[in-house]
Amino acid sequence: MSVGIGRPQAVSDVVIVGGGIMGSSCALFLRQRGLTVSLVERGLVGQQASGVNFGNVRRQGRPLMQLPLANRAIASWRRMKELVGMDVEYLQVGHVRVCYRDRPELVEEFERYAREARAYELDLEILSGVAMRARFPYLGNEVLAASYSLHDGHANPRLVAPAFGRAARRAGAAVFENTHIVNVEKEGADFRVTSDDGRVFRAPVLVVTAGAWGNLLSTQFGEPVDLVARGPTMCVTEPVPYSIRPSTGVFTPVEQETVYFRQITRGNLIIGGGTRGPAYPDSCRAYVRPENTLRQLKQIQRLAPALGRLNIIRVWSGIEGYMPDGLPVLGPSERVPGLYYAFGFSGSGFQIGPGVGETLAELIQTGTTTIPLEAYRMARFSSAPRGGCVASRAS
Amino acid sequence: MAQPRVVVVGAGPAGVRCAEALVAAGIRPTLIDENRRDGGQIYRRQPESFSRPYSKLYGTEAARAAAIHSTFESLRGQIDYLPQTLVWNIEGHSLYLVRESRHITLTFDALVLCTGATDRLMPVKGWNLAGTYSLGGAQVALKSQACAIGNEVVFVGTGALLYLVAAQYQQAGARVRAVLDTAPWSARAGALPSLLAAPATLWKGLLLALKLRSAGVPVYTGIEPLEILGTAENGVSGISFKDSGGRVVELRCDAVALGYHLRPETQLADLARCNFYFDPSTRQWLPQVDPDGRTSVSGVYLAGDGARIRGANAAENSGRLAALAVLQDLGQAPAVDTVAALRGSLEKLDRFAQGLSQAFPWPAQHAGRLSDDTVVCRCESVSVGELRQVIQQTGACESNRAKAFSRVGMGRCQGRYCGHAAAEIIAHAANVPIEQVGRLRGQAPVKPLQIAAVESASLPASVEEAK
Repeated sequence: MSVGIGRPQAVSDVVIVGGGIMGSSCALFLRQRGLTVSLVERGLVGQQASGVNFGNVRRQGRPLMQLPLANRAIASWRRMKELVGMDVEYLQVGHVRVCYRDRPELVEEFERYAREARAYELDLEILSGVAMRARFPYLGNEVLAASYSLHDGHANPRLVAPAFGRAARRAGAAVFENTHIVNVEKEGADFRVTSDDGRVFRAPVLVVTAGAWGNLLSTQFGEPVDLVARGPTMCVTEPVPYSIRPSTGVFTPVEQETVYFRQITRGNLIIGGGTRGPAYPDSCRAYVRPENTLRQLKQIQRLAPALGRLNIIRVWSGIEGYMPDGLPVLGPSERVPGLYYAFGFSGSGFQIGPGVGETLAELIQTGTTTIPLEAYRMARFSSAPRGGCVASRAS
Repeated sequence: MAQPRVVVVGAGPAGVRCAEALVAAGIRPTLIDENRRDGGQIYRRQPESFSRPYSKLYGTEAARAAAIHSTFESLRGQIDYLPQTLVWNIEGHSLYLVRESRHITLTFDALVLCTGATDRLMPVKGWNLAGTYSLGGAQVALKSQACAIGNEVVFVGTGALLYLVAAQYQQAGARVRAVLDTAPWSARAGALPSLLAAPATLWKGLLLALKLRSAGVPVYTGIEPLEILGTAENGVSGISFKDSGGRVVELRCDAVALGYHLRPETQLADLARCNFYFDPSTRQWLPQVDPDGRTSVSGVYLAGDGARIRGANAAENSGRLAALAVLQDLGQAPAVDTVAALRGSLEKLDRFAQGLSQAFPWPAQHAGRLSDDTVVCRCESVSVGELRQVIQQTGACESNRAKAFSRVGMGRCQGRYCGHAAAEIIAHAANVPIEQVGRLRGQAPVKPLQIAAVESASLPASVEEAK
């Protein structure tokens, strides 16, 4: 299937499909390594999962094997102003994870995680009783213990990916917004990437950072994954005096109880978590279910009862791609040389985003990386022998 | 078969006439209203303990107000009336309500939104000073609380409401310092043929203007507001504007009432996922409705100013028409003559409304000239300069994108008061046509919702039975 005969829209070293935080940061890091880049985005840069998420910049709670990636990302977050040229409201104000009295066994999990995370330069302090209440007086009576990460924090997700996109553009990347890619194929040594209006982008390297739409592209290379699109349940309160610094959330195996909030310096509290709603990738819309908002607001009062006196002024959602095991596909394709994936971050890609972009750029330019990517391999979903088809398919 | 559940939102002229027509057809509608009492904005009733006569409260509209109120009273036993109830969200055929700080879910077979209008506002430097009100707000203070917004009030903006509220203040004994109309006198001549579609209303309007003039109130036309003067500590102390000859004039006053005609309250229609279209004559996005009020969403209807600004008389007829459309869609054949007569009267009032927007145009051209230090979004305290800078630096030229970067429209009013002006500022700064700027997507809650208000309550018994 060949569309768009004639001169391609763009020829570059790398084509990136998907302008979220992964794709836009990858574009910038590739430019810093001197490669030419076309970044192609279906809508506007940072409009979906990267722009609508809660905004936690936390390492605490991530799987241990992900901490090296998270640590690489933290280095970017700490110099974000210099990296993207603007203040993205990144605040290193700490992150608190709590568990409730009805699940005392989770305290042991806090302790075990804190012990093991120390090897990855993540220092956590476990508090309970009077010490916890003195430090975090806003926590409700049901809270049993808190695990506190001093160096985590939060940022404004609406600003970050677009800022990466603009920084990439300033650094020389060609950014194509409102460009809906429908066809991807390998033609000789090059990938041929075609939009619904027939424009063609060519490059020897293709990076798929298309979030909830990633599966539509990987399937075209014979690598389908079981990705489900869902929308986070988010809301924000009116501004009140800035008084709660750390981002605070509940650790529980029950989805409905998993709520969290953070306060921004202008005073509003942002509330997220709980039951996720439906998302419609075809029409690029996701809706907040009113029942989910009601449940979330009930749960948030267990975490911090004083929030009950505040008003919420707005809810929102967006489209996130969820994988069966909650981990993304990240790294080279198992079948097609020159093809890289980074999608399906399952609602927890924001903090590691810049680390993913940097690692992809490193991998593409040098062919290797020190960041462990084994757990994110596409092959974990297939029963086929690892890499079995690569040699026969690549030509 | 169980009775269909028909819910009417809003107990103003459209909602009351809609409920009346439904009751006449044997339906027991649920009438939800945010206010303490019926009447909506235009026929807002004073608190029970106040005793001002209708003539004083409603002037030339006293008879219509009395008729709407008495119709409502006569319906009381035949409808389920939920006052002081906020519809904060809609999903499918479910309404999410808050009443007395408790949450209620209510399902419907048909929903008629009669949500009325609020002031359409163009910022002016200093409009964030204490003592600046919208025209509607100034009117509420008078009608509901028998208060004037100041001792010496300047009325600024354009539209019929500008003259109406000024005249009401004058009559109530407040000192009306001046009426400043941005519409040039000449625009009225061009609009005359359309305005003659409703000669009685036109005559009333002319009388209002004459009354103000004979009371010695200076009326300036073709002005451009420059600044509401004053300090953060002491509020408004005056206003400066350019008169039609380009001279800068300064007037002293302690309050300003501001408004440029009205805009429909469409958030519920938006949450119900109704389609919108761009109306070039008023430069705004409006929900799509057929002549009887059917929206693009099956089972959802709009009536009154919440669909399109056509005034109170049109609201009554469009409320009746929407009820007939509901009945027809539920399988009851409506009286053909009634429908035709109602549509005919609405067409006339449509022409009149077009004449009004021609005579008192929205001053889009002012947006480009607003100074950078003018506040555009008062909820989030964002200046015109900050918005322009975001557009310049990010290339955002669509409303929702500009909102994400600048916070304009992100606050508690969700852009209902600043959205139209922000769109004009974006269009001007990015040099794109206004329709391309789009419209701010509405999000729940329609009004701020208290977090503790999520505990469920049960419905009043009669509503529960109908379920």
